Amino acid sequence: MSTATIEQAHAGHGAHTEPTGLWSWITTVDHKRIAIMYFLAATFFFFVGGVEALLIRIQLWNPEQAIFSAELYNQLFTMHGTTMVFLVAMPMAVAFFNYVVPLQIGARDVAFPRLNALSFWIFLFGGIYINLGWFIGAAPHASWVGYATLTSTAYSPGLNTDFWFIGLSIIGIASIAGGVNFITTIVNMRAPGMKMMRMPLFTWMTFVTSFLLITAIPVIAVALIFLGFDRTFGTVFFDPSMGGDPVLWQHLFWIFGHPEVYILILPSFGVISDIIPTFSKKPLFGYPIVVYAGILIGFIGWGVWSHHMFTTGLGPIADSFFVAATMIIAIPTGVKIFNWIATMWGGTIRFTTAMLFCIGLLAVFTVGGLSGIMHAAAPITLQQHDSYFVVAHFHYVIVGGAMMGLWAGLYYWFPKVTGRLLNETLGKWHFWTTMVGFNLTFFPMHFSGLYGMPRRIYTYSADLNVDLFNQLATIGAFIFGISALIMVWNLWHSARKGDTAGANPWEAATLEWSIPSPPHHYNFPELPVIRSREPLWNDGEREEVLAVTMLEPETEPVMPVPSYWPILLALSITVAWGLVMTGIWWVIVLGILPVFFCTLMWAFEPAFPEGH
Amino acid sequence: MRVFPIWKSTVTPRLRASAVRFLPVLFLALLAGCAGEFPQSTIDPRTDFADIIHSLYVSVFWWTMLILAVVWVALTVTLLRFRAKPGDGKPKQIRGHMGLEIGWTVGPALIVVAIAIPTIQAVFATQRPISEDAMVVDVTGHRFWWEFHYPEQGVTTANELWLPVDRAITLRLSSTDVIHSFWVPMLGGKRDLNPTVTVREGEEPKVNYLYFTPRETGLYMGQCAEFCGESHAFMAMRVNVVSDAEFDAWTAGWLESRGAAIPAAPAIEGGATEEAGQEAEEAGVTLQAAASMSAVDLDPLAVQGRDIFLNQATCGACHAVQGTAAQGRLAPDLTQFGLRTSLASGIMENTPENVAAWIIDPWRFKPGANMPGTQYAMDSRIVSGTPFAWPATGLDDEQVRAVAAYLLSLK
Repeated sequence: MSTATIEQAHAGHGAHTEPTGLWSWITTVDHKRIAIMYFLAATFFFFVGGVEALLIRIQLWNPEQAIFSAELYNQLFTMHGTTMVFLVAMPMAVAFFNYVVPLQIGARDVAFPRLNALSFWIFLFGGIYINLGWFIGAAPHASWVGYATLTSTAYSPGLNTDFWFIGLSIIGIASIAGGVNFITTIVNMRAPGMKMMRMPLFTWMTFVTSFLLITAIPVIAVALIFLGFDRTFGTVFFDPSMGGDPVLWQHLFWIFGHPEVYILILPSFGVISDIIPTFSKKPLFGYPIVVYAGILIGFIGWGVWSHHMFTTGLGPIADSFFVAATMIIAIPTGVKIFNWIATMWGGTIRFTTAMLFCIGLLAVFTVGGLSGIMHAAAPITLQQHDSYFVVAHFHYVIVGGAMMGLWAGLYYWFPKVTGRLLNETLGKWHFWTTMVGFNLTFFPMHFSGLYGMPRRIYTYSADLNVDLFNQLATIGAFIFGISALIMVWNLWHSARKGDTAGANPWEAATLEWSIPSPPHHYNFPELPVIRSREPLWNDGEREEVLAVTMLEPETEPVMPVPSYWPILLALSITVAWGLVMTGIWWVIVLGILPVFFCTLMWAFEPAFPEGH
Repeated sequence: MRVFPIWKSTVTPRLRASAVRFLPVLFLALLAGCAGEFPQSTIDPRTDFADIIHSLYVSVFWWTMLILAVVWVALTVTLLRFRAKPGDGKPKQIRGHMGLEIGWTVGPALIVVAIAIPTIQAVFATQRPISEDAMVVDVTGHRFWWEFHYPEQGVTTANELWLPVDRAITLRLSSTDVIHSFWVPMLGGKRDLNPTVTVREGEEPKVNYLYFTPRETGLYMGQCAEFCGESHAFMAMRVNVVSDAEFDAWTAGWLESRGAAIPAAPAIEGGATEEAGQEAEEAGVTLQAAASMSAVDLDPLAVQGRDIFLNQATCGACHAVQGTAAQGRLAPDLTQFGLRTSLASGIMENTPENVAAWIIDPWRFKPGANMPGTQYAMDSRIVSGTPFAWPATGLDDEQVRAVAAYLLSLK
């Protein structure tokens, strides 16, 4: 079949219309629409967290400055960290999981479409809930790690910490449900011939990340529930005066917290492992090694949590174990970086914005990885722990690694989502302002840290002589803020006026590029048969795959029906958890009743149209 | 003199100029450190403990620079050499190379081993007592100040730690409320002060330790490095490393103050006093503290202040001044307050004006501090973690000035 016929077949498709309007979005169970909502919500929270960051940087412009109160500052940095980790980086990655994974494996939707909608709504309501504290001046204020005993009712008597632990436990439900959903999808719903070792790297990393989600999130759920019991019902899990142990919180938090770092970074590794081959016109170098390295990072990521606790006083034997485990992680990470460079070697490299962000990731993430090796050396951490050096390190990892990869993915897959290309000129402005702003913000922090500026301080003494570094950081932060505005303008502008993309604007190799942009709501009229890792690069196979994926089906595939129970269940779960704040047992019990009701109604609602 | 928080920039021209001059040599400075200019520098070690950390840091730093150079050069060369050019055909489709994979697995693995071995040696070296007869100091963290207790000498002080030079020190670290972290960068790395967990009878509660030997006298700056609440940023401290003779004179002075009121001091501590006093006299150091009572007697303002401190404002419910009825243990011990260089845990200079301003309105400098002002009470509902309330002192400016004069006369 020639390309012309395919285009004609696509053009004739206009007869089919999807439901539109607000209600169709509220009740949607389509993974693509859920992905878009995830992305928009995460972008909104990105601006909330970004404004918090700018306010922090304003307060730190000069030493001994008091623009805000110390209490407000503490709320700002607590919510900046909480927002960026739980409400931006994670859901942004989940947006990509949702949109891309079913398309990459040749599925029509995820395994549990309604559960997928529930995940989104719970994330959204939880994210709003945790921010409600701002409106009564009681936003969380005990830092994003919430160390005991600072979160006890004795030292955090207001509602601040209640918003934090309740909001986070609500969001955790979304993550666990999402993890289950994607594991099931990837295991069960691959198109014929899509063997595990033929899956695109992004799908692979989604798979690994999903396992981390369903194993790591329950640990923080336990910690948060302990904390909730301590605060609400007077238990003493973390109360040292009654034999409870504050260090227990640190263990629980970081047993979650370190896998969380890989939850943030592995999706981006997946994204760039797909993009770099596309723009180098070469298959990924060492595909199985890159896959195994990702799995290995996920596994070892479980055994390194106490490197966040080198100053806690666990003793030299425990410290040595975690030194060794942490340093071992550097090896598979390094292997990945070399494989990406080797993929480009010998190729023909096109410097699209998506590719620039991948290259940017390689350049700056390496800096974060190497300062990570310094921190893996426990005695060095005794100096650098909780100093601005650490702040520099993890921003190089999370912004320079996770966010750069997601922005690369944004430029790469936007045409698939909207049918239009993002503007490349604006894209390059976005990239370069990001690089300049990001490095100017975070590189000087290495120095303020080395010169003894602790993190989480409201202001610093002029004696420390670190004002220059702080002023550079503040200037950088505003440039970085401008880059985010350029991105949003580009999204807004290009979604309506961008160049038409066509099915495969990048001449990419993977399955999602075989279908029209944007895809039909059922993705694939007939399920394609896969014979290699690059179905769209092997000419014979390409024709075959295109023939089945671009065709108008004779009868439309049967898709799950929309449902309003996911949003209602999410709402009732949020309200039920929120009522824990009252501390009155019968109110809490009453609050659970709507959850049972919605679950029941959901269970009895047919997932597919009548007769199927 | 500087007062937190100052509402305008306090950067002096000297500092700004030095900072600008400093910019082009960032990397050199990173390694060399600049003594004096960066009083909390982590790369300007002054103890054996800090030396171990610093030498490890320097070696790991160069390893990471090497790796960074390899990655950046490889990346740059690749991008320049293989950028798409007009007329490029389809590149050769290479899927991998086992030799290369093994190479870039084994290479980094060897570097990791080269870093891990000295690291683990340093982990053990920094976590064992330096010698059997190290001098022990119990460091207790409070929101938002430091308590230092010398069990051998029987001395208790706050916020300014005195240590003898060239003597092995063991700090025993614990907290009464939340987690704090003891960090004086030039003396070495930090260690958390965990709240003491109540244990069964007969068991020892777990505490943390820091071991180091200061090798240079001087005044070192440090601050709390674990977020501990509203005024975490204002929980600084100073460490005064002095000669043996000065140290002994200081402890002797402290004990002398106490002896004035409590003649029946425990024998062992009395002995230590005498011994220390003799040593100090031999060294020809003036015992400032011995004159403290007479100083109070001489200055009528200070005498008035003592009366207000002890009887009217009843500061002694929380504070202790050895040699008086003030024996409170909830707030900093103010014995020899006049010897301190800083006030309110290292956040301002110890001048009469600052002391008065602090007594009038402590929350202006340290929001959430467990101390009433002249006009507001310390309310247990507001000051979280405080088991009791305390009324406003109600002192007028004149009385505050008197109390400040009294406190500064304590030497």
